[in-house]
Amino acid sequence: MSAREEILARVRKAVAGAGDVEIPRRYRTERQVEDLVGLFAERVDDYRAIVHVVPAAGLAAKIDECLGERRMIVPDGFDRAGGWDDLDTADGVITNCAVGIAETGTIVLDHGPGQGTRAQTLVPDYHLCVVRADQIVAGVPEAVARLDPSRPLTWISGPSATSDIELNRVEGVHGPRTLEVVIST
Amino acid sequence: MSATFIGMPGNFPQNSKKAVQNSQLRFNLRKATHTIRGKRASVVGELPDWQELRAAGKAIKDHTLHHLDRYLLQLEEAVTRAGGTVHWARDAAEANRIVTDLVKATGETEVVKVKSMATQEIELNQALAAHGITAYETDLAELIVQLGDDFPSHILVPAIHRNRSEIREIFLDKMPHVTPDLTDDPPALAEAARLHLRERFLRSKVAISGANFMVAETGTLVVLESEGNGRMCLTLPETLISVVGIEKLLPSWRDLEVFLQLLPRSSTGERMNPYTSMWTGATEGQDFHLVLLDNGRTDVLADEVGRQALRCIRCSACLNVCPVYERAGGHAYGSVYPGPIGAILTPQLRGMSSELDASLPFASSLCGACYEACPVAIDIPEVLVDLRAKAPHAAAERAGMKVAGWILNDHQRLAKAQRAATRVRKLVPKRLPGPLSAWTDTRDIPEIPEESFRDWWERNERA
Repeated sequence: MSAREEILARVRKAVAGAGDVEIPRRYRTERQVEDLVGLFAERVDDYRAIVHVVPAAGLAAKIDECLGERRMIVPDGFDRAGGWDDLDTADGVITNCAVGIAETGTIVLDHGPGQGTRAQTLVPDYHLCVVRADQIVAGVPEAVARLDPSRPLTWISGPSATSDIELNRVEGVHGPRTLEVVIST
Repeated sequence: MSATFIGMPGNFPQNSKKAVQNSQLRFNLRKATHTIRGKRASVVGELPDWQELRAAGKAIKDHTLHHLDRYLLQLEEAVTRAGGTVHWARDAAEANRIVTDLVKATGETEVVKVKSMATQEIELNQALAAHGITAYETDLAELIVQLGDDFPSHILVPAIHRNRSEIREIFLDKMPHVTPDLTDDPPALAEAARLHLRERFLRSKVAISGANFMVAETGTLVVLESEGNGRMCLTLPETLISVVGIEKLLPSWRDLEVFLQLLPRSSTGERMNPYTSMWTGATEGQDFHLVLLDNGRTDVLADEVGRQALRCIRCSACLNVCPVYERAGGHAYGSVYPGPIGAILTPQLRGMSSELDASLPFASSLCGACYEACPVAIDIPEVLVDLRAKAPHAAAERAGMKVAGWILNDHQRLAKAQRAATRVRKLVPKRLPGPLSAWTDTRDIPEIPEESFRDWWERNERA
C-alpha cells in the first residue's frame, strides 16, 4: 500500500463513527469603527513604524520628503517614474498595498501592480508603503474576505523584529529595519 | 547535535530535579513566562469576542479532524492544481528520505531552514547531515541553539534559557566574521546574526519550512513569523520543501479569519505577528513540494479523549502559565514539545514504552491554567488524567491501589481501617520505605487525627 493510501486508511479507521461538529461563528465579522484611518495609524505606530496621514493632493510631496536621496526600487505599476533596479544595492522600496487592517495595524500586499515581488519588499532595508484610506478595513475577517488566496500574500505588521535575546525587542534582524507608511486620505 | 533529544535518558522527575537547581534557568524562565503572559492577557482582553473566537477555533479543528481524509484529498488536489507536488510520509524515516531525495535532486549540499517543530520532531537536520547535506537554521533563536550544540527549550522562544552573555560567547566561538569587540547588547547580537545569514539567504537554492496552517479549499500554506528569515527562505530559493503535520489543516479560506486572531495574540502577545506569508502551489516560478507527515498523528486521532491534542496550534500559551514548566524548563520534558501540551502530545505520538514518556502525564499539578489559556480549548488536564490511567504502573503501586479500592468500597471496612490507623498514628514515619518513598519524597503524609470523622459524628449525634 502506498503511504498515501495507508495514511488515509488510518485516518478513516481512527474517526469511524465520529459525529459531525457544528462550527459556531458568533464572533465579530463586521465591526463599526468611527475613525478607521486614525485607528490604523495609531496601531501601525505601535509597532515602531513611521506613520504619516496626508490628503491625496499632498501625497507626491510627502513621498519626496520621505525618500530624500535614497536609491529606491519602484515596482511596475507604481505611479512614479524612475527607479533603482538592483536588489542588492537599493536603499529601499516603495509600494502600494492591497488591504490595511485597522484593529491590528497590518498591511497586506498581494504583489499586484505597484506592489513588487515578494523579494523586492524584503531584501532592501527600507520600505515605504502607500495606503489609500479606502483600502483600510476594520478587522481581520473583513481583510480575509477581500483577499484573493490564489495570489501570494505578505502580511506586514511593523518592521522585522525579534525578541529572542532575553525578550528584548530588536528591529530588523532580516527584513527591512524601517517601515514608513503614508496614508492618503 | 551531540545527543539525540528524543530518547533522552531518565524521566521527568529526575530531569526537573536537576533543572530546578539551576537558578539562572529559573530566573530566565520566570522572567520570560511572566512577561509574555502579561502581554498576552492585555491583547486578549482587547477583543470582546475572544471566547467566541475560541469556540469557533475549537470547532473548526474538531470538524477538520473528523473529516481529515476528505480535507487531505482536497488539499492535495488544490496544491497539485496550483503547480505544487504533494508527498505523503507515514513516519519520520519516510519523511526524511523524501526530503533528502528532493534536495539531492537539486544537486545542492546546503539548505536554509525556517523554524519548524515538525522537522525537529523527525530530526531532519541529522538525517540530512548523514547524506552530506548541511541544514542551516535561520531563526535567531534556532541559530543560537544550533550553534551552541544545544536543544530548544520553548516552542516560541527556543533559546530562552540562554542570556545575552552566553549568546555572545556562542557567536564569538562559532561565527567566522565575529571579533571579540562584539558586545552583548541585543541589537549588536542581532546585527551579527543578520550579517552571518544574509549572504547565505541570497546564495541558497533550497529552503525547508513547516507551516502554521494549510487551507484545503485553496491549497494555501501559511507561515507566521517575526524576523523575516521566514520570508527570506520562503521567497528567495528556487526550491521550497514544506514538511507539515496532517493535523495542520483548515477546511476553508475563511477559517483563517479565526486563527489569524487566535494565534498571534496567544503566542507572542501581539495583535499581529510582524510577518505572515501565504502561498498557493508554485509561486513566482518556485518549485514547491509539500510533505504531509503522519508520524503517530493517526494514533492520536484514534483516541477519543486524546485526539483533542491535535487541535494544538503551537502557540505556547500553556507553557507560559504552567507552574511546572516555569520551574523545570523545556529540556526536562525530553521532547520538542515541552510544557503541558508536550506532556500530552509526546506520550501519545511516541507511546509510553520509555521511562521518560511514561513519566510525562505526571509532569503536572493538574491546576488547569493551561486549559484556561488554550486558544482552542484543549482540556489538557482531562487528557493527562486519561493518560495516567493508561501509563504503566509499578507492581507495588498496583497492589496498594487494589487494597485501597477493596477498603474504600465498603463503609464497614473503611471504618475499621480508620480506627486501626488512629491507633498506630504515632508510629507512622515521615518518610515511607521502599517504593512508597516516591510518594513521600514529594509530599507530606497527612497527619492522622486522634479520631475519625465518622466516630466523632457518631459520638456527637448520640450525645
